[in-house]
Amino acid sequence: MDLVVRDLTVARGGVPVLEHLDFTLGAGQVLVLRGPNGSGKTTLLRTLAGLQPPMAGEVGLPPEAIAYAAHADGLKAQLSVTENLAFWASVHGTRDIVPALKQMNLESLADRMAANLSAGQKRRLGLARLLVTGRPIWLLDEPTVSLDTASVALFAEAVGAHVAGGGAALIATHIDLGLEAEILDVTPFKADPSVVATGAGAFDEAFL
Amino acid sequence: MIALLVRDLRLTFRAGGGFGLGLAFFLIVTVLVPFGVGPESALLARIAPGILWVGALLACLLSLDRIFQLDFEDGSLDILATAPIPMEGAVAMKALAHWLTTGLPLTLAAPLFGGLMSLPGQGYLWVFLTLLIGTPALSMIGTFGAALTVGLKRGGLLLSLLVLPLYIPTLLFGAETARRAIQGVDYAQTFAILAGVTAGSLALLPFAAAAAIRINLR
Repeated sequence: MDLVVRDLTVARGGVPVLEHLDFTLGAGQVLVLRGPNGSGKTTLLRTLAGLQPPMAGEVGLPPEAIAYAAHADGLKAQLSVTENLAFWASVHGTRDIVPALKQMNLESLADRMAANLSAGQKRRLGLARLLVTGRPIWLLDEPTVSLDTASVALFAEAVGAHVAGGGAALIATHIDLGLEAEILDVTPFKADPSVVATGAGAFDEAFL
Repeated sequence: MIALLVRDLRLTFRAGGGFGLGLAFFLIVTVLVPFGVGPESALLARIAPGILWVGALLACLLSLDRIFQLDFEDGSLDILATAPIPMEGAVAMKALAHWLTTGLPLTLAAPLFGGLMSLPGQGYLWVFLTLLIGTPALSMIGTFGAALTVGLKRGGLLLSLLVLPLYIPTLLFGAETARRAIQGVDYAQTFAILAGVTAGSLALLPFAAAAAIRINLR
């Protein structure tokens, strides 16, 4: 159930942003992605999540193993906290949302409409979704945005528990989560943007 | 997938969900047309099936850009794309939810509103039947159009332009079947084509729409 990345080049809009990436993420590991804004962390995570195809190289991972959390939390304002979470749970074929509510300290907000949550509370609900997916590999894009110190600790604890249970996490973040983690700085892998894709598919790619 | 259907239905019926928008538009059209063309009931009766069909089609068009746009903006579509349900299934459920909240109410309301258009006696049954067979195609084609334009800023205009030509066969054969049935002419052929367009759309378009979404998410 390892995530294996071999000589991967990822592109955004047909322009390569990171190239020759090589790393392996095994069970029980946390890998933190570092790099300045615009360095391609989000593009890398989206490629690994299967939302866009890699430009070159290979991504090896078991099927249905990825839980991806982007900047947007995928919450519906007109649904309550419980309804939002129960929806994602049933989409992923799990039922029990109570542990996730408890772990992200959302129990007291369970019946509140998502529209009435604060930014940090929404973020916590978005992260609680990861817990109900039952997926082993978490790909997290800036998970701690708008969280207070206590919630960051809560989140770090959730990641710690997930990893201790045999999961893995790849986290793009600028802050120190206090987790035992390896750090991957993406800056050395920066691609030369002038090398635009050539050959079959490149023309189409410019339009897609 | 049922969860997705239930969520979409719930969202539509909650405050701000847009349920009833199409229905209200349909009512306005059927109320205004007699004012526009005059009170001559023979003329109204002749154009009633066509007006009801055009009204239902335009009402359907109103809510199309909500099908994927809201999910795209709040990130749900990304998560759905990585979820264990196939995108084709998710698209089909979206179309079904759109039909249940737009096409079906329009179909049920058409005989009621037909009274405002002095629809002839057997016309009530036939406008209802043709809309019942035809509106699923409108929802499915519309979902496909929404999938093509998801993520585009101001995609609503492009969506209408893309979808309207695809709606023409359904409109043509739907209204023609109703008209023929009312006049007592043989309607089997046009009715079969109407049903064929619906069956074809339902069979093929979920795959096309899912492919369009995958490309738009890149």
